[in-house]
Amino acid sequence: MSAVPSLDAPDRRARRRRTPGSQAPGPLASQIGLWVLLACAAVLALAGLFPGLLAPGDPLAVDPAQAFQAPGWSHPFGTDESGRNVFTRVVHGAGPSLFIGVAATVLGVGLGAVLGLLTGLGRRWLDAAGSRLIDAMLAFPTLLLALLLIAVRGPGVAGVVVAVGLSSAPGYARLLRAEVRRVSRSGHVEAARMLGHSPLRIVVRHVLPGALGPLLAVATLGLGQAIVWSSALGYLGLGAPPPAPEWGAMLNAGRTYVTSAWWMTVFPGLAIVAVGVVATLLGRRLSAHLAGRSAGG
Amino acid sequence: MAEDPVVSARNLRVCFGDVAAVRGVDLVLPRGRAVALVGESGSGKSVTARALIGLTGGVVTADELRIAGHDVAGLGERGSRAERAWRRIRGRVVGTVLQDALGSLDPLRRVGAEVADAARLAGTAVDVPALLESVGLDPAAARRRPDELSGGMRQRALIAAALAADPEVVVADEPTTALDTTRQAVVLDLLRARVDAGGSLLFITHDLGAARRVADDVVILDAGRVVETGPFRTVMADPASTEGRRLVASVPWGRPRGEALLPDAAARLPGDARPGTVATQGNAPAPATPAVSVGGAVPGPASSYRSDLAPQEPERRGLDAPREASPLLSARGVVVRYGGTSEPAVRGADLTLRAGRTVGLVGESGSGKSTLLRALAGLLPVESGDVLLRGEPWSALPERRRRARRRQLAMIVQDPLGSFEPRWDVGQVLTDALGRRDPRRVADLLESVHLDPTAAHARPRTLSGGQRQRVAIARALAVEPAVLLADEPVSALDASVQAQVLDLLDELQAQRGLGIVLVSHDLGVVRHSSDDIVVLQNGLVVESGPTEDVLSHPTHPFTRELIDAAPRLD
Repeated sequence: MSAVPSLDAPDRRARRRRTPGSQAPGPLASQIGLWVLLACAAVLALAGLFPGLLAPGDPLAVDPAQAFQAPGWSHPFGTDESGRNVFTRVVHGAGPSLFIGVAATVLGVGLGAVLGLLTGLGRRWLDAAGSRLIDAMLAFPTLLLALLLIAVRGPGVAGVVVAVGLSSAPGYARLLRAEVRRVSRSGHVEAARMLGHSPLRIVVRHVLPGALGPLLAVATLGLGQAIVWSSALGYLGLGAPPPAPEWGAMLNAGRTYVTSAWWMTVFPGLAIVAVGVVATLLGRRLSAHLAGRSAGG
Repeated sequence: MAEDPVVSARNLRVCFGDVAAVRGVDLVLPRGRAVALVGESGSGKSVTARALIGLTGGVVTADELRIAGHDVAGLGERGSRAERAWRRIRGRVVGTVLQDALGSLDPLRRVGAEVADAARLAGTAVDVPALLESVGLDPAAARRRPDELSGGMRQRALIAAALAADPEVVVADEPTTALDTTRQAVVLDLLRARVDAGGSLLFITHDLGAARRVADDVVILDAGRVVETGPFRTVMADPASTEGRRLVASVPWGRPRGEALLPDAAARLPGDARPGTVATQGNAPAPATPAVSVGGAVPGPASSYRSDLAPQEPERRGLDAPREASPLLSARGVVVRYGGTSEPAVRGADLTLRAGRTVGLVGESGSGKSTLLRALAGLLPVESGDVLLRGEPWSALPERRRRARRRQLAMIVQDPLGSFEPRWDVGQVLTDALGRRDPRRVADLLESVHLDPTAAHARPRTLSGGQRQRVAIARALAVEPAVLLADEPVSALDASVQAQVLDLLDELQAQRGLGIVLVSHDLGVVRHSSDDIVVLQNGLVVESGPTEDVLSHPTHPFTRELIDAAPRLD
């Protein structure tokens, strides 16, 4: 008997969504926005990985005769107090800034994932202990932690990475714990239990994939935050030492001349803003995409 | 009748873009009567009702559309002038009750304020406590917020808000679909009482059993067109249209155990096969023309209804196990308590399930029937008592040892979509249940639940409710279980889809000798599909035994209440 219900029948929800006057941006505008966003991300990644392609010069090359030049043809972002090319330095600064941001995020997500899984899946005492540890970490100020690490180890990139990573970890841990608990209670996990699947298989095939999606989206948001934080630490002189082209340190160096040579602070500042905005928008897109998928879009 | 009808619509059409949801509906609601607008999901019944309050969100056209003397045919829905005109109609001329009472009431406001507001906006005064009392609510409920009320109380509060401005006509759009049958009966009786007192009611539903309780007349919609109309009882006794016959046949109450509700349904899978939008259905069936002539072989829809509760000879089917064989599943004095609560959710339940038979668990929401089912499934710990699987310990085993025997049981739930891994398509869901990659077997499973094998590539969320439940049943069959635990498997489905799923369960039971535990709040469903019945109230078994024995001689008042509330046509 070939009783074939048509499978392309949209469900009721999909039909309702097609009513006129929905506020979502049109698909075309949304597509263009996505491509612009991806292009910006590509440029930033290129600057981080191969700065020489965009700015062939040497970011450390000093030329006192050319000090404090306003932006012009030979140096689009101007020069600093030692005559170094600000454009070259901003491009070369992408590497250290992005590296610190990515490394800190990886550290934070990794640590947060371990804590989140332990508290989300573990027995009650483990959850209680882990959750209190997460609370304590959340309560500890980032800056103080960074100062502590630098006081112990001296200034440097490693201290910034560890400080920012440790500070962001509890947020990820809480998110993952909540996601793990949500998925564990869901109908499809109960269905998997009814099929006689082992707890390990259920965690690997249902709980983790379901819970990691939202974590990934939030981590992309967090990447921008981590870069801003590490720049802030660099600005305070707690990151890479002065001659290195690091955006936060460049802001700090330009601070003295902000009235006479605005370009020394504006361009590194804009770079920080650009990275933050791109990472945030990408993260939002990702989480909206994931939410739409699990809501049955 | 000389008096003007309170609502009259001629050639009403509603379009969403190029999709026509309502395609020329004529509707007359005489003053002081209740008209049921009946049809399946997508038949255009809700959109028709919304056209009466200017809230379709689409483009409405009509040759005539008059509501209590107001001509609203050319009004449109956009623009401030139309909005002002509609505001005069909504509330004071047309009161509306929607299905989702929780969504329709402001969660932050007290019920009394909400009800009083409805009157204030219409510019009339209202005595809130008296109004609440008239809908059967304690006047003290006025000081409570919606989340402090039960579903039935919320629905009554919503009716009170709809009645606050004393509208000329009440439009109730599936007002009881979210309620169990006993609460549904209370709400329906309330709506009927208003009609008896001179009000007019337009009642939208997919369930003829619910319509019977309130309606004088019925209008049956299919694919945006009226296919049948007339006095309710006349139409029910002898429906002329295919759609009418199908809806009548879908009401399970009083149909003998084992008889297919929709015998010809497997051939065409109506409802399920219905295209998602009516516009795609180019050749709609001609109204009021029977597509299949129903002869003697197929039970005439109305003639075979049993109006009495006389015991029926339970049909003995192929794989029925002898009585003396050890039961598949048995429960003795099962007590289940949720952590931290003082009152157990189930307080000592007994139950015996044999191969090829069905035990129906019936009760109101909160009676503990789903809890008992989960305890039988070994998903909830049993505080005292025992569940035995094939005479061996089951509830007493640690989960580690239970796991190896889990595949003797399978479960289907009310919300099949939530029970599927959201990242998987149907094929992956079934492959996971099989435990091995076997596309042939997946196709066989889909075939056995009357789904096309191409459904394996579909995402569950793109399927209709009935198709999803079929996939859930296919997954249950994949483990070749001896016992199928079904938790409200049809209560979220349209009436005719519900009938198809019940038929499917019957068919699979006959083929495979499944023992089924069927949980439902609807006694009609349980009566049609169960050999034995267990009636639960507040966690206690108040009555149990062979279904027809219990129903023909109910000893407990609650059983009598359930019998009275069951949706039926007689």
